[in-house]
Amino acid sequence: MAEKILMKGNEAIAEAAVRAGLKGYFGYPITPQNEITAYMSARMPDLERAFVQAESEVAAINMVYGAASTGERCMTTSSSPGIALMQEGISYMCGAEVPAVIVNITRGGPGLGNIGPSQCDYNQATRGGGNGDYDLIVYAPHTVQEAVDLTYRSFEISEKYRNPVIILGDGALGQMAETVILPPFKEKGKTDEGWELTGAKSRDPRSVKSLRLAEGTLLEHNLHLENKFKLISRNETEYSYEEGAYDVLVVAFGTAARVAKTALKNFKEKGHNVGLFRPVTVHPFPYEELKKAASQSKKILVVEMNRGQMLFDVRLSVQNDEKIDFAGKPGGETFSPEEIENKILSCLK
Amino acid sequence: MTVAFKKPESLLDAKTIYCPGCGHGVIHRLVGETLDELDLREKTVGVAPVGCAVLLYDYFNTDIIEAPHGRAPALATGIKRVKSDLTVFSYQGDGDLASIGMGEIMHAAGRGENITIIFVNNANYGMTGGQMAPTTLPEQVTTTTPKGRKTATDGFPFKMAELIAGLDAPVFSARVKITDPKNINKAKKAIKYAFGLQKENKGFSFVEILSACPTNWGKTPAEAVRWVGDAMESYYPLGVFKDIGGEE
Repeated sequence: MAEKILMKGNEAIAEAAVRAGLKGYFGYPITPQNEITAYMSARMPDLERAFVQAESEVAAINMVYGAASTGERCMTTSSSPGIALMQEGISYMCGAEVPAVIVNITRGGPGLGNIGPSQCDYNQATRGGGNGDYDLIVYAPHTVQEAVDLTYRSFEISEKYRNPVIILGDGALGQMAETVILPPFKEKGKTDEGWELTGAKSRDPRSVKSLRLAEGTLLEHNLHLENKFKLISRNETEYSYEEGAYDVLVVAFGTAARVAKTALKNFKEKGHNVGLFRPVTVHPFPYEELKKAASQSKKILVVEMNRGQMLFDVRLSVQNDEKIDFAGKPGGETFSPEEIENKILSCLK
Repeated sequence: MTVAFKKPESLLDAKTIYCPGCGHGVIHRLVGETLDELDLREKTVGVAPVGCAVLLYDYFNTDIIEAPHGRAPALATGIKRVKSDLTVFSYQGDGDLASIGMGEIMHAAGRGENITIIFVNNANYGMTGGQMAPTTLPEQVTTTTPKGRKTATDGFPFKMAELIAGLDAPVFSARVKITDPKNINKAKKAIKYAFGLQKENKGFSFVEILSACPTNWGKTPAEAVRWVGDAMESYYPLGVFKDIGGEE
């Protein structure tokens, strides 16, 4: 029988990664994701796997870059200012096509901000905070169970495309405890895709690099990365939506979507015709799917714990600003269901 | 017929892009010979820096990863921690290691990672055109110290081999030069010893190599080599600053 236990979001994410066959965890403490690093510091050595508390986030992501270049499953986790420091390494890993999983338990910003739950790193995750043309695969779970499932799966997705994956959570997800069903233990198994650095035994040497100096080679590589992301968009775009012609269609991801669900439940009980569109991958963004959903609804309400970052993607998708309204809450704070209900009410008028 | 001299198997048959008189060619060869002699070629991952040696994968017949500026010891740490059976070395210049990468090198050394660091000190930034490095000598003229490095405003150079030796964890830290056959042999001995320590799981080993950069110094190769032997060596004494490799 499946194991169902009460776990804090951060620890559940950590355990999911361990069960996915994680061989190396490299991290640096930052609130509100410290439980992950603490959990790994005990769990990984017990399983004879690698754990290093790095000297900085810059070092942590580069340890992941090195370790993952051997083909092993590796991960780092951090929160907003720490993820900002990791952008250099993330850009290199995208350029060198090294798979890994990076968890951002986002806090309020800019700068040190605060330690409250926030969605203010949407742009950083979906547009690339580092230098160069690159794309990450970004999952935005809204429950602890979903965080577990996506973390578990993200290693394989990352390897399939040789592209880093970001799990974009927030302080609320990391700190809340929920019952979860944990997935079984698995191992990657000994595969050699032909790029991993394992020592040039009985084969030609390999290199993992992002430098492409000869004329045309970087252009070619950039186009390759672009085509790869088109493939990712076709295959991996995920969203949650119950088809319908709604008076108000709320668009939200992560914790904002979770609060919106509560608000919508109250409305539905009162007979209102309201629905939710929730991107699970915020990059690739479900543009076409949202466009179709939006065309059937009268009003679109975008709800985000920031000043309006996904709003830009919704506008690109819907292409009808008249229909779109926005409720934002920046500053490391969550919505109450009432706040969202009031906003929906104003849309219904 | 006895073959007295041949290209190490750990090096590729490639022409380097290095300037005439640059030390990288000699140092590549010493590392290549070492990997051959210790039978490590097929178990090695090298970490290339940002700078002149960034194209390490064009010259070494081993697996190579390219690090962001200064981060090579962090990459090396990651690789070694998940694949302890691999021999892992970083090959870094002075701008890379002692400036932007000071944090990574000190902490990898402080943790005592079982890796080997080849540190090429040529007292300036080579690839970017001869700017001041943390190792630029007092009064040395570079493109960013046009009147010579002034310690009052630019600070003093870092003596990396001594700094590393001052930490508890490293097992070996030495400084060598490659100005003449005798010293090249000594450099080889230090490099081979450093890799040997890693092979025996003894811990962190560090070899600083004083090397010429004739192009950016504005000297002929011969003048540059002489400058390494007098000006540089008088500030950066040669020697073994720490060696507890033989101890339990």
